[in-house]
Amino acid sequence: MLLNITTEHKPATDLGFLLHKHPDKFQSIDLSIGKAHIFYPENSEERTTASLLLDIDPIDMVKGGRNLSGKGFSLGQYVNDRPYVASSFMSVAIAKAFSTAMNGKCSNRPELVNVKMPFQVTISVLPAPRGGETLIRKMFEPLGYKVELEPHVLDEEFMHWGDSKYFTLKLSHTVTLQSLLSHLYVMIPALDNDKHYYVSQNEIEKLLEKGKGWLSNHPEKEQITRRYLFNLNSLSRQALDRLNDHEGSKEFMDNANTKELEKKETLHQQRLSIVLGKLKESGAKKVLDLGCGEGKLIRMLLKEKQFSEISGMDVSYQALMRCKDRLHWDDMAPRQRERINLFQGALTYKDRRLEGFDAAAIVEVIEHLDENRLKSFERVVFESAKPKTVVLTTPNGEYNVLFESMEAGTMRHTDHRFEWSRTEFETWGKRIAKNNNYKVQFFPIGEEDDKVGAPSQMAVFEYGN
Amino acid sequence: MEIKVPELSLVLLIGASGSGKSTFAKTHFGNYEVVSSDVCRGIISNDENNQFATNDAFDLLNFIIGKRLKNGHLTVVDATNVQAESRKGLIELARQYHALPVAIVLDLPQRVCEDRNANRQDRNFGDHVIRQQKQQLKRSIKGLKREGFRKIYVLKSEEEVNSVSSIIREKLYNDKRELQGPFDIIGDIHGCYEETIALLKKLGYIISSVENDGRNYGLEIKHPENRQVIFLGDLVDRGPNSPAVLKLVMSMVRSGSALCVPGNHDVKLQKKLNGRNVQLKHGLAETMEQLDNETPEFIADLKEFLYSLISHYILDEGKLAVAHAGIKEEMQGRGSGAVRSFCLYGETTGEIDEFGLPVRYNWASEYRGKAKVIYGHTPVPSAEWLNKTIDIDTGCVFGGKLTALRYPEDELVSVKAAKVYSEPVKPLLSEPDLKLSHQQEYDDLLNIDDVIGKRIVQTRLRSNLTIREENSIAALEVMSRFAINPKWLIYLPPTMSPCATSELPNYLEHPKEAINYYKKRGIERIVCEEKHMGSRVILVVCKNEETVLNRFGIENEGIGICYTRTGRNFFNDAALEKEFLARVQKALSVSGFWDKFKTDWVCLDAELMPWSAKAQSLLKDQYASVGSAAKGSLSSVEQTLQSTKDRGISGVEGILEKFSYKKKAVSKFINAYRNYCWDVNSVDDYRLAPFHILATEGAVHVDRDHLWHMENIKEVCYADKEILTVTPYKIVETNDRESVQKAIDWWAEMTNKGGEGMVVKPFDFISFGKEGLLQPAVKCRGSEYLRIIYGPEYDLPENLQRLKNRGLSRKRSLALREFALGVEGLERFIRKEPLRRIHESVFGVLALESEDVDPRL
Repeated sequence: MLLNITTEHKPATDLGFLLHKHPDKFQSIDLSIGKAHIFYPENSEERTTASLLLDIDPIDMVKGGRNLSGKGFSLGQYVNDRPYVASSFMSVAIAKAFSTAMNGKCSNRPELVNVKMPFQVTISVLPAPRGGETLIRKMFEPLGYKVELEPHVLDEEFMHWGDSKYFTLKLSHTVTLQSLLSHLYVMIPALDNDKHYYVSQNEIEKLLEKGKGWLSNHPEKEQITRRYLFNLNSLSRQALDRLNDHEGSKEFMDNANTKELEKKETLHQQRLSIVLGKLKESGAKKVLDLGCGEGKLIRMLLKEKQFSEISGMDVSYQALMRCKDRLHWDDMAPRQRERINLFQGALTYKDRRLEGFDAAAIVEVIEHLDENRLKSFERVVFESAKPKTVVLTTPNGEYNVLFESMEAGTMRHTDHRFEWSRTEFETWGKRIAKNNNYKVQFFPIGEEDDKVGAPSQMAVFEYGN
Repeated sequence: MEIKVPELSLVLLIGASGSGKSTFAKTHFGNYEVVSSDVCRGIISNDENNQFATNDAFDLLNFIIGKRLKNGHLTVVDATNVQAESRKGLIELARQYHALPVAIVLDLPQRVCEDRNANRQDRNFGDHVIRQQKQQLKRSIKGLKREGFRKIYVLKSEEEVNSVSSIIREKLYNDKRELQGPFDIIGDIHGCYEETIALLKKLGYIISSVENDGRNYGLEIKHPENRQVIFLGDLVDRGPNSPAVLKLVMSMVRSGSALCVPGNHDVKLQKKLNGRNVQLKHGLAETMEQLDNETPEFIADLKEFLYSLISHYILDEGKLAVAHAGIKEEMQGRGSGAVRSFCLYGETTGEIDEFGLPVRYNWASEYRGKAKVIYGHTPVPSAEWLNKTIDIDTGCVFGGKLTALRYPEDELVSVKAAKVYSEPVKPLLSEPDLKLSHQQEYDDLLNIDDVIGKRIVQTRLRSNLTIREENSIAALEVMSRFAINPKWLIYLPPTMSPCATSELPNYLEHPKEAINYYKKRGIERIVCEEKHMGSRVILVVCKNEETVLNRFGIENEGIGICYTRTGRNFFNDAALEKEFLARVQKALSVSGFWDKFKTDWVCLDAELMPWSAKAQSLLKDQYASVGSAAKGSLSSVEQTLQSTKDRGISGVEGILEKFSYKKKAVSKFINAYRNYCWDVNSVDDYRLAPFHILATEGAVHVDRDHLWHMENIKEVCYADKEILTVTPYKIVETNDRESVQKAIDWWAEMTNKGGEGMVVKPFDFISFGKEGLLQPAVKCRGSEYLRIIYGPEYDLPENLQRLKNRGLSRKRSLALREFALGVEGLERFIRKEPLRRIHESVFGVLALESEDVDPRL
């Protein structure tokens, strides 16, 4: 919420001219929510500090005319860090309070604009979630800044809660004021990784304008761009295309996780192809995707002429809406749309809508159910819906030891209730088959390891003996 | 003349154009009862005579008729209906809904029709049309009976039409709603006379010999309390003495001391006696042999008796239905061949099982009707309720028992068979030892149709409550992804409204308003309880795992559960949960709770502390984060502003003051949340403060006042002072100033020490005022606590002023609806209703919780 810019340039009072703000006046400007104040705690030939203080109205933020409470959890609460941190509000305040300086103008002393001055900047406090100290250094150090950080603990009475995501940041560098302000304008919201306003196409222009001359050569340009654009992939891709001079950008991901994610991505793709293969093999015409999510498998099924009726069920209504979006539901040809039926439902409730199908796919679903609910699941699928073929996949827990970044005893997803070994899965599968008059076969999915098997496993059930 | 039609019938007016059907309909039937093809044409095409709209108009006509019959309303079809094929569809429609088709034919002279049409501007079709219709009608009249009409009236002249004085609606024979019992309903007898006599005696009937008047066979059977027997049919076959059973039943039915519905065996006997060619299998041969010694008079009498039997009865204002093989909801009180056949044979899938018997479709598993259905037909080892239905054929003739159900007591009374009279094709006890009852096993699987879409839930406290579809959608996700086994989930607590916003300048909430809420509504005595700040939990604790199995139908899930207000398990750690529940169970045992309440389980409403135990991530991500950020920033801000002020810059003063205030507010905020945090390393670090004993076996304790709840809970708490916390409370007289002031002072004292605040409740658990049901509780939170709700700086005068503008009406309405649903769920559980009925209420609470209400209230 507080930005202090100090210089010991001789004479330091030049800062007042450059910022176009009188050092002996206390000035305020209006922001969309609250105000920003500009003042000088010190001003002498030797040393001058200009301060920019955010004075955000916490009540107006939630309750005011510009009600932003609809925009996610972080702004929706009165108990909110926004009034106390440097965020996109700070960038807006910089651009508004120091617009002349940012535009590289100084009517009284135009020669100062291009003078590199020694600056010390203090920001109290800067949030840097998912990255912390390393990220802050990676962002500022390549630009020549000396970085000093003071981390803040969450609560000194509960030290084991650990550090917060907030830092008091001190930067020093000899640089033009215009560059300094541009760097801060981009870096603060990028580190904060949140925006108080709707992120639109317009934001790309702002980023490119403020990043002119330094962003395209910055080693972390991808991360800066993505975080600045609030992780909206399509916008980020466009921005990077332009930064890279239309060279075409590769898929970008969190550097630390790229490898593993890529692996996971291909594993899921592989899994869906295998499932699709089994569904085709079964000769099914009417198929059911239980837990269809955003509809990856549905889109694959749609391409196959064999499937005349494709139903997708998910418990998440939002996922179904996204599934429709991805299918371009509203613009779909009526003939195609007729083949698809999407509805909300849960696998622990008996459901007549699930009856009469040739085959059902249940991909990576059961591990999201508590084990004591599996009995209901069994009855819903195998006793009452009773499709002729059931293709079911679940992670192979044994394989987890091969994921380097995983801690022992944890699971691949926070919502997983269990990750079975191959034996556990097969025991369960065989019992289900026996109880419900199905035959079952098991298959690995993904590259198999000698000791622990493949990352994922599949059971294919066929009705009747 | 009078025309008689059954109460639920589909009346077809048949006659040529101009024969006066519409006028007749208007004169004799209600406005909505008449569905006219002309009107349907008009609705479809803006023109009642537009023949091009005929197909669509008849689709609409059939749709309306179907909906009316489904809802049980007599319907009159005003269309010419002169062609057999147009009548056929309507008769099928009537059959589909088990309504009786009736024909009223207006066969007026052609000239009359022609004259009438000539006088109508809109009817300009030629006379040849009428001539054609008349011819079709003429061909039709004879065949109407064969087409399936139960009653046919033909009116041949204007005089005859005018002579119809009224249309009498006749009750169906199966409608005996006026009989309220008490009844003793007896299952399949199959000639087991001795057992029948023994059972009647056991039920308290006095059997005496009297003079044979030819109708009573020398028997008189009476109950001192005037109870009535209902025989569920299958009186004969297989057993040792079918004639004696028949005489007993015939005598009782004729004297009015019994009702009887026919079974498939009785009907088969009737067919045999009428000379029809039926196979002498399944015990009929024995019956025929036994009847050989009877007189021809008796056989004639028997034929008449069998002929008179009605397939099923609806009794006690529609609360009870009896039929031999059961009856589905949509068939109750209706008449058709299908209804009769269902009552006699039940529903079969068409498959044959390994014993060569038809596979029966378990209609009862889908039964959702309001009436209890008592039936027999399929021998079962013991009678068990399922979805308000019960099969009481316990296979007496196969060496089982003869069973009676006492209604309305719902008590089962049986006598054992003296011997095995007949070997069953399928062994009677073929089912493996079931640990769960039929209902419990059935309840393993809830049906999606019982929770999705727009729902209306009937509750005792607030009649019909509507759950909107969008709320059900949200609840389904939460329920199926995160909630515990639904068999545990018998209750969810309602949300609680805060008191009205205080008018005092420095307070957002103040106890005066909470007390006034009840005072204004005429409540003289209230209870103020300390509000603990932890997590709201519901506990179900059983005496042992056997109780869990018997009462809740749950296996291998411990002796109880502790769940949150959204139905999630409170504990993530199974070992810790087990230890915690064992401690609570022990406290209940030590305090003598089980004996005192004559129960082996309890459902408690409580607060479980510390808050930090469950809200760890919320605390770290939200509360501690904000504290840390604010603290880190504000010291620098204060310093910087101070230096600026020291330089003599004007205009800084006010801002410095404001930010110094913010700094203080933040430090108070940090202290506020810290009050509710402490580290939990073992079960001893938890504190449980129960405040309601919601239910125990046979009782929902909402009829007890809060003093009762508090004092009874206190006794349990004393049994484990380490983890159980007694909630301090005060009883306050709302009209006594001193008493009110004491409560206010108490609140101030508690909240100054960092307490959350207090909950104010009417003395009685459920209270009504002029506006109806009152809030079961309102909360009044302390000023410091409110910082963690409204933000650290909420009490700055300019902020407080704005925050005071808050509306409570939605929150209050929500609280009442959730309260009514919660209590309803418990009451249904206590009445041992099927799980879906309990789940419906609980699901409703969860659905309502997804309504968009300010979460700070």
